[in-house]
Amino acid sequence: MRFVACLLLSGLLAVPAFAVSDPAELLPDRAQEQRAETLGHQLRCLVCQNESVEESNADLARDLRHIIRQRIVAGDSDQQVIDWMVARYGNFVRLLPPFNAMTVVLWGAPAIAVLAGLLAVLFARMRRPAPPEPLSEAERRRVADLLKS
Amino acid sequence: MIPELGHFALALAVAIAGAQAVLPLWGARARDARLMATAPALAIGQMLALLAAYGCLIWSAVVDDFSVANVAENSNSLKPLIYKITGTWGNHEGSILLWCLILALCGGAVALFGRTLPSSLRARVIGVLGFTSAGFLLFALTTSNPLDRVWPPPIDGRDMNPLLQDPGLAVHPPVLYAGYVGFAIPFAFAVAALLEGRVDAAWGRWVRPWTLAAWSLLTGGIALGSWWAYYELGWGGYWFWDPVENASLLPWLSGTALLHSAIVVEKREALKIWTILLAIGTFSLSLCGTFMVRSGILNSVHTFANDPARGVFILGLLALVIGGSLLLFALRAPVMSATGIFAPISREGALVLNNILLCSICAVVLTGTTYPLFAELLFGAKLSVGPPYFQATVFPLAVPLFLAMSLGPVLPWKRAELWPALLKLWWAALIAAVVGTAAYLGLRASFAAVGFAASAWLIFGSLAELVERTRLFRAPFATFRSRVAAQPLSVWGSAVAHAGMGVTVAGIAGMSLAVSTIVAVHPGETVQLGGYDWTLLALRDDQGPNYTARVADIRVTRNGDDVVTFHPSRRMFTVQKSSVTDTAIQTNGLRDLYAVLGEERDDAAVLRLHVNPLAPWIWFGALVMAAGGVLSLADRRLRVGAPARRAAGVKAGIAS
Amino acid sequence: MNNLQRRALLLAPLGLAAIGGASFWTLLRRMDKGTYDPRGIPSMLLDKPLPRFSLPGQSPSQGFASADVVASGRPALINFFASWCIPCVQEAPVLMALKRQGTPIWGIAYKDKVDATSGFLQQYGDPYTRIARDEPGTVAIDFGLYGVPETYLVDRQGIVRWRWAGGMTDDIARQSLAPLLKSLA
Repeated sequence: MRFVACLLLSGLLAVPAFAVSDPAELLPDRAQEQRAETLGHQLRCLVCQNESVEESNADLARDLRHIIRQRIVAGDSDQQVIDWMVARYGNFVRLLPPFNAMTVVLWGAPAIAVLAGLLAVLFARMRRPAPPEPLSEAERRRVADLLKS
Repeated sequence: MIPELGHFALALAVAIAGAQAVLPLWGARARDARLMATAPALAIGQMLALLAAYGCLIWSAVVDDFSVANVAENSNSLKPLIYKITGTWGNHEGSILLWCLILALCGGAVALFGRTLPSSLRARVIGVLGFTSAGFLLFALTTSNPLDRVWPPPIDGRDMNPLLQDPGLAVHPPVLYAGYVGFAIPFAFAVAALLEGRVDAAWGRWVRPWTLAAWSLLTGGIALGSWWAYYELGWGGYWFWDPVENASLLPWLSGTALLHSAIVVEKREALKIWTILLAIGTFSLSLCGTFMVRSGILNSVHTFANDPARGVFILGLLALVIGGSLLLFALRAPVMSATGIFAPISREGALVLNNILLCSICAVVLTGTTYPLFAELLFGAKLSVGPPYFQATVFPLAVPLFLAMSLGPVLPWKRAELWPALLKLWWAALIAAVVGTAAYLGLRASFAAVGFAASAWLIFGSLAELVERTRLFRAPFATFRSRVAAQPLSVWGSAVAHAGMGVTVAGIAGMSLAVSTIVAVHPGETVQLGGYDWTLLALRDDQGPNYTARVADIRVTRNGDDVVTFHPSRRMFTVQKSSVTDTAIQTNGLRDLYAVLGEERDDAAVLRLHVNPLAPWIWFGALVMAAGGVLSLADRRLRVGAPARRAAGVKAGIAS
Repeated sequence: MNNLQRRALLLAPLGLAAIGGASFWTLLRRMDKGTYDPRGIPSMLLDKPLPRFSLPGQSPSQGFASADVVASGRPALINFFASWCIPCVQEAPVLMALKRQGTPIWGIAYKDKVDATSGFLQQYGDPYTRIARDEPGTVAIDFGLYGVPETYLVDRQGIVRWRWAGGMTDDIARQSLAPLLKSLA
């Protein structure tokens, strides 16, 4: 159902023309445009929440794409653009989570997982297998028979 | 009348499942052959009852019986017939019933195809399946019954979300569920083994076909879902690492680890504890996926019913099934002793590395998916973990995995030398290096270069393994021919599956080079993208059975030659008052042309255009992987059964 | 390593599952009570001053600036709405009731045409002290808006105290808003 809401809000209710510029306003400078696209992929569209700002067809996403490009042209660094967005929408808007005290476990997950796996293997190998139980009388006789034949 | 029959069948199924949960397990404990023999009959009975119940639901939908609440809420007389049928599983209640049906089919399958299993193991497996079935059936019957009636019946139904009225999404749930739920069988095997107190080579062999079947189906299901997202949703992507997408990927990752682990149990009687844990874990991850989707606890596009009450019931079920099996594991696992010893450099060693890497990726995806929940719980903070995180963490783990994938099959068991094995793969390594370097120099894209190199390594490494086994070029042709004939099917299967992974990796690498644009275009204007010229010919209206549409006709040419004329559109569904985009895609096998019609302003249409290189390879590769799994399934060796028990005196002492 | 350590290690999966289960259960209870909403985005403006803005008017009113709201010297509501927004229709009666109780509501029409907004106000009532137009939607972004309608409560110093995303209902007005208004009066 969220899909439906999202599609409705992305302009199908005959939203009239507005002053935000044409979506085709790609930046003429390729490097800047590349930066804008990378940043756009790192920000969540808040209307269609399972898409990034770069991918979403929602109005708000288009506005945010425009703002990203504006700020890049104005000279902001990548971090400054992200901070601008976070100041208004919170860390929720960042698809690439920040690296801070709260996210140490998150970013450390690959290393922790591999380490844990290797340790488990090490422990398993250190364990000496239990010696087999001594044979019973009947079993010893059978062994003798088998060896003789 | 029919819905009542269905309802009765459902209740009957609950009763049978209850019996199935108790009698065989009791019989196995007490070594009572008669009680154990009830297992297959009960499993088949449950299967038939659920087939009847689901059949009644389909019937109700087909004849537009709007007195059935589920049909009234999700169907409509104008809906095309095929979607009336597939719509039965397009909502919460129906899909839960489908889940139960597939679980019952699993029990029936074990009853019908597991005749060669020793009776106590089979009884226990069916018993465990019955236990799980009983839980889910109770949930279905009491909280999510699709056959509930509504009175007075509405004149017409509320229709289904138009996004679901689509062939890809129609087929996606059954295939995906078959995979998800299919892992219940290895799970049941693991719990049965713990109950028996014994895991041995024979167990490893018996569990493999079921794992293969579930894995192949899950691969297909995930690929279908991703393909649907690509061609239907119109954002040009195919995987967003959305929580529910991850929920299907997690059991796939651990299921793949399970598949490979079981080989070591079978061949070398080692890695037993790890394999049992993986079998329990894979199904647990499937169940957790169900929980996350149906409870609404995660921020995802896919969530069905945001009903916390249902969430509590499922959580309880999970606690019972997962908690119970893990407790059993903690208590009984020490009983299983490993007998196989192996050196670190060996095929077992490579499989252990494979296990570690796959499980690490699984752990990382699990952490990333659930982290927002823990951040909320512990810090009260609202965090997002999106595709950039997963790409940054999973890809570095995937690369060593790909390296090992081609190396493992050429290493001998028990103890091996690394260098001779690497030498067998020399030409695969050379091709990979050449491809990677050429890609980097030509495209200046390091991600794509690594991807193409890995893909070549996987495909040609599989080929190298086959060449090695069949002694091509090294022995006379007759020897080669006889060796080819002598190879068991699972050798071909695993080579095909690994190569399939290579094809998918190539597709992903190609997609990373995609170019796209969003433009406002007037009819008659042309846009240039990716070496093609895209001309908007016209914008017009169109009609369908339950929708009206706005269509754009676009002609694509390259250097003046016509490539395709296609028609992306927006459909407005009259009953639900909502719309859906109909993406236009044209493929030539090597690249996709992709167009989406957005809104219209001042008689210009906003078009989203993409050129996606190698996109079809992503799903084609998945198909190849699944085919490899099916090929391995057909291996005759997997159908060997348990040796018949003769008089105890003769067979005693020889492990079985 | 000895037997005890091994047993502890084997219990680890169960332990992890138990922690996971307990966490999920807690979150479910919170969802039930309403303190946890996976889709909701908390407002970044809480306890911060109003963003600076100055917007043109929407007939029958003149526009206003953030300074005007602060200068009014009373706690006020700022409500973003639009004629094309269905929940706005549903919350209109609630806003009218708030107006009758004497709460000042400053309206901002978000991405709307002048005529459409006028028509909306004529049809559903005009609860607003002043109305402004934010056609580009840039001021809304400064507020951290992600949909309409949204309502902000600003105290007499111009600090944002409360935000409600979505249509205002009688329940919310009574249970959440009224006590706050009283405490700020």
